[in-house]
Amino acid sequence: MSNQPLPAVPYLKIPEDGSPYLEGLKCGQCGSTFLGERNVCSKCGARDQMSPVTLPNSGKLYSYSIVYRSFPGIDVPYISAIVDLDDGTAIKGNLINVEPDPENIAFDMPVDVIFDDALGRKDADGNSYLSYFFQPKT
Amino acid sequence: MTDAYIVGVDMIKFGRFPDKTVPQIGAQAALMALDDCGLSIQHMQALYCGNLGQASGMVGQRMLQEIGQTGMPVVNVANACATGATAFREAWASVKAGLYDVVLAVGVEQMGKGLLGGGGAKTGIPKEGLLGSGTMPAVFAEAGMEHARHYGTTFEQFAKVSVKNHHHSTLNPKAMYQIETPLEEVMNAEMISYPNTKLMCSVNVDGSAAAVICSEKKVRELGLMDRAIKVRASVLASDPWQERDLVMPDVNSCTQKAAKEAYEMAGLGPEDIDLIELHDCFATAEILHYGNLGICKQEDAGRMIDDGEVALGGRIPVNVSGGLLSKGHPLGATGIANIYEVSTHLRNEAGARQVDGAKIGLTHVIGLGSACAIHVLERAS
Repeated sequence: MSNQPLPAVPYLKIPEDGSPYLEGLKCGQCGSTFLGERNVCSKCGARDQMSPVTLPNSGKLYSYSIVYRSFPGIDVPYISAIVDLDDGTAIKGNLINVEPDPENIAFDMPVDVIFDDALGRKDADGNSYLSYFFQPKT
Repeated sequence: MTDAYIVGVDMIKFGRFPDKTVPQIGAQAALMALDDCGLSIQHMQALYCGNLGQASGMVGQRMLQEIGQTGMPVVNVANACATGATAFREAWASVKAGLYDVVLAVGVEQMGKGLLGGGGAKTGIPKEGLLGSGTMPAVFAEAGMEHARHYGTTFEQFAKVSVKNHHHSTLNPKAMYQIETPLEEVMNAEMISYPNTKLMCSVNVDGSAAAVICSEKKVRELGLMDRAIKVRASVLASDPWQERDLVMPDVNSCTQKAAKEAYEMAGLGPEDIDLIELHDCFATAEILHYGNLGICKQEDAGRMIDDGEVALGGRIPVNVSGGLLSKGHPLGATGIANIYEVSTHLRNEAGARQVDGAKIGLTHVIGLGSACAIHVLERAS
């Protein structure tokens, strides 16, 4: 078992010294940014042109749903959100620290990316995980 | 290339049949489609069989073990919710190519109950409810809210889709449900994923549908042109690259691409279409496709439902079968079931829900991931 929390997704990076961050892969030919490992760009088809970029920790809410029915053991309601980061990369996650009511949620509302424990979820080996969340910009 | 025609087509009444096997359910529709044109399994030169839940289970061959093992070639097809339409299209393509003169396409599915999508993780920790939701009601809610952000579409307008399709289903004896659902009931039903309430989610049912497809020469030889349906266009598209692909499954661009190609292939435009069966897996999904299929501008989709233009009796009736929302959505059967629905109207055999004077109709399905299949059908005589 790891003493340190593990990243919930491979594109969340946890440096030995420093703050966690999200990493994208940018195509050197067409400039598209992707989450997750890849060698070929699915927009332009360029091969071996991907280089890692640190993604910004802020963006705007693009779309969302308020989820009331999920699988057993998952706390509801929560806000499932699509966020456009400031560099244009689209990312999905939970929008937290806002009442899950359409009245309180506006398209394009500015949000910060924050990093926190993955809601107490542990894997089969007992490892804990660090995840990312969105919250309204303060 | 020869033209291809549907000569026999039918579906079973959708429902829940836990005591039957998938091949048994498929066999029912296959026999009904054969009876519809008076042909036998011995006439069929090939079988294209769509099923998702047992995609590795040789459903087509097992179905022939129920109704006649002639030794014909069998192709088993899986393509998410476009599975049935893809099987139909493979059958159509084999006739167009001159490979066969008469073939059978079958779509069949046996569903469990409950939420689809957003399954658990094989390694690490489950991501559902941690990194948003992968459940189908949430994914299609997010797609609907994208329409809302661009065009101001409201919760009430989305709910009206469900009111309309449930009303249509009261006229369709083959629908799973025939129950009116007033607007207040739809909006006040259990919220599953805002803005989709329980009555705005399609029904998981078991079902099957089948079609017999012939070359023009064979239709004439068999004397079946009277009730034949000409396939004016058959198009399949995958999702072209979009900037939010990795986080928002795209049902729009593949529909727009397939629609454009289908109208070109048919030599028709959206103004020529008399009725549409489209993929209303959730109420939010239906509204997206009015604009995607070109029957109105994207920004007018909400008005289309407000003004009743897409209801039976309106300018362009959509989902008069009751749609996936009330007829039910057996994934692999849906794509052929909507071809049955449109064909039935073109034959003027749809009874109380008949779209008057229907000559040309369009069917549309989306398999998330994504696959879009569109067929344009025309009464032959």
